[in-house]
Amino acid sequence: MISVNQLVAVSLVYVAFLFAIAFFAERASVRGRSGWLRSPLVYTLSLSIYCTAWTFYGAVGYAARSGMEFVTIYLGPSLVMIGWWWVLRKLVRIGRAQRATSVADLISARYGKSNLLAIVVTLMAVVGVTPYIALQLQSVTLSVSIFSDPVQTDGLSQSTATFWVACGLAIFTVLFGTRNLNANERHDGVVIAIAVEAVVKLIALLAVGIFVVWGIAGGIGPMLERIDSSPIGEWSMDRSRWVALTALSAAAFLALPRMFQVMVVENDDERHLQIASWAFPLYLMLMSLFVVPIAVIGLDILPPGSNPDLFVLTVPLAEGQGGLATLSFLGGFSSATSMVIVATLALSTMVSNHIVMPIWLSTQAEGAQVSGDVRNVVILARRASILLIIFFGYLYYRLSGGGAALAAIGLISFVGVAQFLPAMLGGIFWRGATRWGALAGLVVGFTVWVFCSLLPSFGPDAVLSASVFDNGIAGMGWLRPQALFGVEGIDPTVHAIVWSITLNMVAFLGVSIVTFPQPLERLQGAQFVNVFDHSAQARGWDAAPATSEDLMVMAQRILGPDDALALFRAEAQRQGVTGHLPEPTQGFLQALERELAGSVGSATAHAMISQLVGGASVSVEDLMAVADESAQILEYSNRLEAKSAELSRTARKLREANEKLTALSVQKDAFLGQISHELRTPMTSIRSFSEILRDTDELEQSEKTKYASIIHGETIRLTRLLDDLLDLSVLENGQVSLNLDTGNLNDVIGQAVLSAGGDRSTRLTVRHEQAGVDRPLTTDLDRLRQVFINLITNAQKYCDAPEPELRIDVMDRGDGLQVVFHDNGTPIPSEARSLIFEKFSRINDKDGSGAGLGLAICREIMARLGGDITHEPRADGNAFVVHLPVRAALAAQ
Amino acid sequence: MGKHVLLVEDETNIIEAIQFLLSREGWQVDTHSDGATAVDKVRNMRPDLVVLDYMLPGKNGIDILTELRADPDFERLPVLMLTARGQSRDRDLAERAGVSRFMTKPFSNTEVVTAVRDLVQLAQ
Repeated sequence: MISVNQLVAVSLVYVAFLFAIAFFAERASVRGRSGWLRSPLVYTLSLSIYCTAWTFYGAVGYAARSGMEFVTIYLGPSLVMIGWWWVLRKLVRIGRAQRATSVADLISARYGKSNLLAIVVTLMAVVGVTPYIALQLQSVTLSVSIFSDPVQTDGLSQSTATFWVACGLAIFTVLFGTRNLNANERHDGVVIAIAVEAVVKLIALLAVGIFVVWGIAGGIGPMLERIDSSPIGEWSMDRSRWVALTALSAAAFLALPRMFQVMVVENDDERHLQIASWAFPLYLMLMSLFVVPIAVIGLDILPPGSNPDLFVLTVPLAEGQGGLATLSFLGGFSSATSMVIVATLALSTMVSNHIVMPIWLSTQAEGAQVSGDVRNVVILARRASILLIIFFGYLYYRLSGGGAALAAIGLISFVGVAQFLPAMLGGIFWRGATRWGALAGLVVGFTVWVFCSLLPSFGPDAVLSASVFDNGIAGMGWLRPQALFGVEGIDPTVHAIVWSITLNMVAFLGVSIVTFPQPLERLQGAQFVNVFDHSAQARGWDAAPATSEDLMVMAQRILGPDDALALFRAEAQRQGVTGHLPEPTQGFLQALERELAGSVGSATAHAMISQLVGGASVSVEDLMAVADESAQILEYSNRLEAKSAELSRTARKLREANEKLTALSVQKDAFLGQISHELRTPMTSIRSFSEILRDTDELEQSEKTKYASIIHGETIRLTRLLDDLLDLSVLENGQVSLNLDTGNLNDVIGQAVLSAGGDRSTRLTVRHEQAGVDRPLTTDLDRLRQVFINLITNAQKYCDAPEPELRIDVMDRGDGLQVVFHDNGTPIPSEARSLIFEKFSRINDKDGSGAGLGLAICREIMARLGGDITHEPRADGNAFVVHLPVRAALAAQ
Repeated sequence: MGKHVLLVEDETNIIEAIQFLLSREGWQVDTHSDGATAVDKVRNMRPDLVVLDYMLPGKNGIDILTELRADPDFERLPVLMLTARGQSRDRDLAERAGVSRFMTKPFSNTEVVTAVRDLVQLAQ
């Protein structure tokens, strides 16, 4: 026989071993060598916290009492893992995307980060899980009591033992679970310890099973015979219970806070789910493999009245297998501790994030900007929550008398947490689900559960009087806890399941349909339901008022100085402002919120950032106002832009017009100056010489003649100038009337040569080859002749060759005729070429007789005649080329 | 009096007229018709007075006058400017450049002769 002291010593060694494993795992994790810690195997094993002391001890008891029904507890999760892996995948994806820390956080986040909902879920979870923790305390106490001296196992010492077990578990959990603050910074140590415990409990149960089948029964065949002859073999299936319990365990598997913790929060890789989807059902199958044999043998060999919940221990003990019994004890101990650790961890996160932190924050005037380290508050809150929850479990154990069957207590818990399921699943699959719907469903389901399942579990006259059981509240028959609405004759458990879940769903759906979701709810709803479409985007922040310093201070308090610094540094680097605080961009605020949500929950994180950023909440009006405003601003800016474009267009036009006017004015000034000069110069000579002639008596005749001829010449010059000016003016204004006539081009050239060369004083030789082209031409022949004369006289005046010569050639260009006046003088300098056709431009005008209007007139005439005149520099002189259309006049006007 | 006058003008007939008028009054008149080299001519000749046309080939009268006034030797040299461009803007430009007297063509012979005499007397 093993003494209790030995057992305690073994337990302590085992706990120390777990601590060591957890310690090394966390150290490896810190050093970044955590790959093996995060294998699918560890993930699958960590899911085995589903198998608590209830399943370890209770399944056998369940089988001994109710036959094969215990299978439902394994069937539900297996069905979920195999058939509903896509639901799990979505849950995991959402949980990770939103950095949900708990079931409460997830539901709160889904319904617009509602803290009210988080509080309700937290309270429900605490109440719902409390019987379960009591169950673990009870099983550990019971298992210890088996080993203790039967004389001392009176009630008092048993509850004392339970108290010490509770204290031990509390200390164990606090030490294990609250070393890290960030719930989403996964608990590597805890997970690995749970995995080890999962292995221990599986080995223990298998060992006992193998011992029973081969050691006691003598093989598989005899074992099966004994099963057939036992009461379990005569068990017949109660379909309603079977279905209800399977559904219940499936629901609980999804909704249990501790399952959420290991399945979602501690999940490192979504793909692990794929392996777990077959590996975990396999684990459950192994766990259930020997349940029936152990139950049958226990019923067989142990005295009647033995507690079947302890067969796993008592059968080996009865057979004198102390070592096996100790292993079995460790298996049960593992089941209990792992469940308590994870469950209280999950619950304490919820309590501290959704109840303690918001209260603490609201008592602080400035929210997050108070002095002190929020981390300490959070850790303290978590530790206190753990102690409180385990104390509640102890209290429940004491109140319920510790006598109820393990499985029954477990089922009560299951029904309680299953109330989360409608809000959870509705939230991730139905965008129409609203906060009030979720709240209504939760509250209604919870109330029904408390009334139909929790309170009756204390037994008649404990909380509810026996008369309530029989006659309903205040004598209303339809309010009987086990026959709600007068529906009688149903198994109490099935009754509680059906009514609580049904009413829960009705309330959830009904209220969701009639209420209108808030904007934030809509956004979150869309993100949850369509998580696979967009995993990253969360709702935006208006970052303007948030200063990086404030955010930094807050983040340091919550995440710890080092982590906060690392986060900000990484963001600064990403923004390209290394060495400075990052800008509070939308993306950064969202990331920060998620990061904070990992520590204090999404609603609180949202509230904290709200306080800093300024926009405390987002209502429809706000959103509409923002949208409206931005639309207005956009439109206004568009209008401004259009206006400014129009203005700049107008300004450009004005500028262009002004430039044109200025240019015109300059041209006009220049023109007037030129005209004035051209007119005044001859008049100066005329006036001066006429005064000389008038005032001077002693002039000689030759002088008189000379001066008179100067006057005469200047008068002619003046007249010619006036003629040219008038001519040009008429040509430029297009008022010229052309006298069309048909003639021969060579004749016109000949006449021009004659007219120009009439003055024999020039030395210029004109060569006009009459051969070549001889075409009739219809144009204003007089004007054309004027152009030719002008070109010839220019050559006479300006050709500076020693033997000046002008060659006139006519060429047929098909579409017209070309007359080239080619002289052998100095080519006109290139800078002057563009000017020669301008008015008053005189290049190298030696005698000053020209006003510089000749070529300008020629150009105008040729334009009127539909042709043009150009200058081409030649190597040996200048060529003026006159282009003529065959029917010149038609092109004009 | 035997004073030197430099006439910078490119119109042959006007040169002839002014030369006739001033020679008759006893002035020794030199003529120059190229704007570009007019300043050099003044430097070499050092006349007592310059009659300067406005529009000259190469360099206009205003530029020539400005260049002369920049030289301390010709700061006070009497310059009579004649122009055929009858615009008031030209008179402003000439006065700003430091012209001694500004006359518009066509001029009265008497006025030119009187102006030359007055300017030379004033400069002494």
